[in-house]
Amino acid sequence: MNAAVGAAVESRSSPLATLGRLVRRNVWTLGLLVILALLLVATKIIQPSYGPAGIQGLAISVLPLALAAAAQTSAVLARGIDLSIGSMMALTSVVSARLMDDQTEGFAILVVAGVLILGLVIGAVNGALVVFTRVPDIVVTLAMLFVWAGAALLVLNTPGGGSAKWLSDLTRGPLFTDWLPQAAVLLVAVVAVIWIPIRRSRLGLSIYAVGSDPLAAFRSGVSVTRTKIFSYMLAGLFSAIGGLALTATTGIGTPVPGPYTLMSVAAVVLGGVSLAGGRGGIFGPVIAVIILSLLRTDMTFLNVDTNLATVAQGLILVGVVMVGSLIQMRRER
Amino acid sequence: MTRGTTQHLLDASGVSKRYGAVVALKSASLRVLPGEVHALMGANGAGKSTLVKILTGAVRPDEGVIEVRGTQRRSHSPAEARRAGLVSVYQEPALIPDLDIDSNLRLTGTPINPFRDWVNQLGLDALDLTRMAREVPLASLRIIDLARALAIEPDVLMLDEMTAALPANLSERVLDVINGMRGGDRSIVFISHRMIEIASVCDRATVLREGETVGVVDMDDVDAEDRIVELMLGEIAEELSDNGVRKGAPERGSDGGPRIEVRGLAASERLRDVSFELYPGEVLGVIALEGQGQDELFDILSGSIRPVDGQVLVDGKKVSFRHPADAIQEGIVFVPADRAEALLMQRPVRDNIALPFSVRLRRWGPIRRSTEKPKVDKAIDRLQIEMRAQGEVRFLSGGNQQKVTIARWLAGGVQTMLCFDPTRGIDIRTKHQIYPLLRELAAAGAAILLYTSELSEIELACDRAIVIFGGEVVAEIDAADADEGTLLRAAHNLKSDALLPEEIVASAHSGGSASEDPGEVDG
Amino acid sequence: MSGVADATTTTRPSWMTASGIRTLVREHPMVPLVGLLALLVALSEVIRPGIVSPNWAGVLLRGAVPLAILAACQTITMLTAGIDLSVGAVASMSGFLVATLVGDTGLVLAIVIALAVSALVGLVNGIGAGVFKVHPLIMTLGMSLVVLGLANVWQVMRVQTGSGVPTEFRQLGANLFFGFIPVNLLLFVPLALLVIFTLNRTGFGRLLYAIGDNPVASRLSGAKSWQVLAVLYLISGVLAGIAGFLFSGLTNTASVTLADSALLPSVAAAVIGGTSIFGGRGTYSGTIIGALILTVISSILSSLGYPEAVRQILFGSMIVFVAAAYTRITTD
Repeated sequence: MNAAVGAAVESRSSPLATLGRLVRRNVWTLGLLVILALLLVATKIIQPSYGPAGIQGLAISVLPLALAAAAQTSAVLARGIDLSIGSMMALTSVVSARLMDDQTEGFAILVVAGVLILGLVIGAVNGALVVFTRVPDIVVTLAMLFVWAGAALLVLNTPGGGSAKWLSDLTRGPLFTDWLPQAAVLLVAVVAVIWIPIRRSRLGLSIYAVGSDPLAAFRSGVSVTRTKIFSYMLAGLFSAIGGLALTATTGIGTPVPGPYTLMSVAAVVLGGVSLAGGRGGIFGPVIAVIILSLLRTDMTFLNVDTNLATVAQGLILVGVVMVGSLIQMRRER
Repeated sequence: MTRGTTQHLLDASGVSKRYGAVVALKSASLRVLPGEVHALMGANGAGKSTLVKILTGAVRPDEGVIEVRGTQRRSHSPAEARRAGLVSVYQEPALIPDLDIDSNLRLTGTPINPFRDWVNQLGLDALDLTRMAREVPLASLRIIDLARALAIEPDVLMLDEMTAALPANLSERVLDVINGMRGGDRSIVFISHRMIEIASVCDRATVLREGETVGVVDMDDVDAEDRIVELMLGEIAEELSDNGVRKGAPERGSDGGPRIEVRGLAASERLRDVSFELYPGEVLGVIALEGQGQDELFDILSGSIRPVDGQVLVDGKKVSFRHPADAIQEGIVFVPADRAEALLMQRPVRDNIALPFSVRLRRWGPIRRSTEKPKVDKAIDRLQIEMRAQGEVRFLSGGNQQKVTIARWLAGGVQTMLCFDPTRGIDIRTKHQIYPLLRELAAAGAAILLYTSELSEIELACDRAIVIFGGEVVAEIDAADADEGTLLRAAHNLKSDALLPEEIVASAHSGGSASEDPGEVDG
Repeated sequence: MSGVADATTTTRPSWMTASGIRTLVREHPMVPLVGLLALLVALSEVIRPGIVSPNWAGVLLRGAVPLAILAACQTITMLTAGIDLSVGAVASMSGFLVATLVGDTGLVLAIVIALAVSALVGLVNGIGAGVFKVHPLIMTLGMSLVVLGLANVWQVMRVQTGSGVPTEFRQLGANLFFGFIPVNLLLFVPLALLVIFTLNRTGFGRLLYAIGDNPVASRLSGAKSWQVLAVLYLISGVLAGIAGFLFSGLTNTASVTLADSALLPSVAAAVIGGTSIFGGRGTYSGTIIGALILTVISSILSSLGYPEAVRQILFGSMIVFVAAAYTRITTD
């Protein structure tokens, strides 16, 4: 047709425009970073002695939570939800602790590899059940929450086992400077190494596509079945890393699931990932977890009953979801 | 109809599909020659979309053989069908709302340069590939979807109601492009309700009725259109079509003012400025092409959404509905086109009809059967709802289901009823039960607003009709003068002596463009 | 019009065909459920000959009753395509509240306070789910955190006062008339009849099914779902509170996590009893049989000496399996 129209389709734009778009698309994550910075300042004011040791402790306590959040994000982005994350972490943790107990450091490498595969497998079981039974994700994973927790109890009836020294060392101590905990570096490295290549690939696009509009995704030639199973496998993988992190940081395996499932849902919502799927990224929830942990730390500094901190977390979860859906309703009107 | 030795590009035969007890396709066949634009036609529910879904791998057939270029294909997913050379563009654009256009293209592995060429040819200006699909207007999305399909050069491209809801300038371009494909190596299967479009771009038409292929018509034949209509309707049409229901002139309630008065109503981008009056005792028809604001109008009147501007007066009193319950309180009830929006599919007929009796807080207590049952029975009787199967509503036929949605309101007594295309996709016998019913209700003093996508219904059931175009009322026509030609012209916002759209289409080929742009397509 | 096919014609008796079985399960879900229950009872007798006795039945029934009440919460909320995961925390809290208050306030006032708090929690759930459209799962899970936290705070505050489960609760929750009729049936039978009546014969019950079946259609028919959900979750909270009394009486303990372990079985009982998690389908009588089935399975497992872990795995698998089976049967 004519040349004027021919030039109109643009895919490349100026760097400034690209930056602007990046900011616009990640405005929630950037907002969370600002909140985190403010909170760190507030912590320093409340507790002037807060320093490298505090950051260190924070990073270690955040590590498993953040991995749980990453796991939940994988499932939620594809319009799923995984309530079994806590017990998958418990299962992988006790398996690793039991296998590594009194074994050589070298054998532990095999154990770590095996546990990662275990994570992929149990995630695949969750995903396959969701896809092939056509039972809602919530119900399947709620049931699997108990199945995996039961399995964990069969592996280790009481907390026990051990962790390889090199694995524990990975999560302890600072790197380069006192202010940079190794656990934080590990977290960022793990999430980035797994997530970024996937996000860039067609598989990552498929996850967003299935979460955003399953019918359109199907019609675009995406296999909804495979994509969903994959997203649950990813959730299983992150949970397994979380389980290893639990073993590494505590030195033992605990068969009773911690509060990780609930925290991961809260983190996902706080982290700007839509529970309806398709929107958000993995770093938002990770930052949200740090914020939630820091809030808890601050409350102890302020001598607030830790039980009230639980109440606060519940209220924050409910409050954020409520506000989120209010915004959604406004937008639809 | 096979033309000697010419090999078919697509040859599907004996295709059947049933969903539980419902037969969607009995024995459908579709044979498409290389280089032809082939229309697939049939009344609503005839099985067109099921056939397309089967051909593009979205649905698995129970039986049937599908051959592409002489090789049998079995596609279990759209991805496989795509590899076999079969691609469809659906009414709902298959773009992922939360991905930008560029990612959408990558997702489907669409080559970018051909895509751009097609977008340009289709006349979509200034497309920013970094925009999220959700931010792009619907009309543009459909064009993008089409360009994306064209770019991968499928053997057979299936277009499902492609031009519906497209502004005139874009649909002309689309028809141009389709025309340009004729005589090549590839083919297009074109699904549309618009006979004029079919006549202008298609070579042949396959007609489906009740899940069966009932005939193939050569569009060059002189009486092609009549034959298609004949095939689509079958014998029942002849039997009933002259049996008009409306008798005599409309009797407008002489005593008083309008039941509903609408003044300058506006909502969203589609409904801009609509005013009219609806009187007790009349059936007022509403005619509009798809997406001219009629959906929003009915949603406002039924209390589902709130207007941005304008007023609604009921019996001269200004009202503002915040919930459908408020409209029902004012005696305004709504029969939607989509029965999936109206029915409790897993509940029995009686529960469906009795539902409105229980919605108010003070009726939450024990159900008073003695007062409820007679009303429900009477409504079932009056609509002759099939009650042999006492089970769930989802096992009823489409016609019976629609009767249940109407019966629900009859049971409580009707003052004002809003019917949005109530006969869509139901059998012709039920249709001819619904028209007299509407007349009876009106005769008993009810006010009825009837939007219909079938122009012939205006003459059959209405007293007068208003025509909405571009979000405004552009004409009011007495039912006595409402022959389909007049209505069609009015619906396109054409003067009665103006060209019909087919002539516009024809003139588009010679470079001219007649009509203005009613939609809003920004890029 | 023959566009819609007539029902499958068959010469065999209808119950022998696959579609016949589907119809049977769909129309009369109680038949296979009661059959399964009978089978499990027979299995108990096979495993431990002589074990099935009036006393055995009474003890099982006694244990099934509080579970069945918690499962009522799941049944009524699932009918609207919701779920109430706060019932474990609410039941624990309510039993604990009465045990810690009864010394100061007397039994009646303690019960009233406990039920009022339960109702309040339920109302908050209902407002969250109904008005703010938060997914009930998230809403109730969040509230269970809040309830647990607050109960812990209360525990710390009352640690000096001490607590004791009132005798009345122990008699109600643990005693058996003539050694085989659980006293808690005195409470349960009227309660169950009330639930069944409400679901089948009242406008409110009709709305529950309607909203779960098709929220859009219900809205267009004038139903205000937020009102229904607010009341529904409030009722669910009260039922959980009542169940908490029976749990504390049965075990003679007052703990803020007492009923937590009953949460999964309560969901399982409703699902196994034929209530659809998608909403619009289910009966409370089915749920009661579901609770009995789970209780019998538990007793079989413990008589075989399996640990708690196996019970968890089995119940979890059963939920998935049964829900999948119902999905197959009721769709298509």
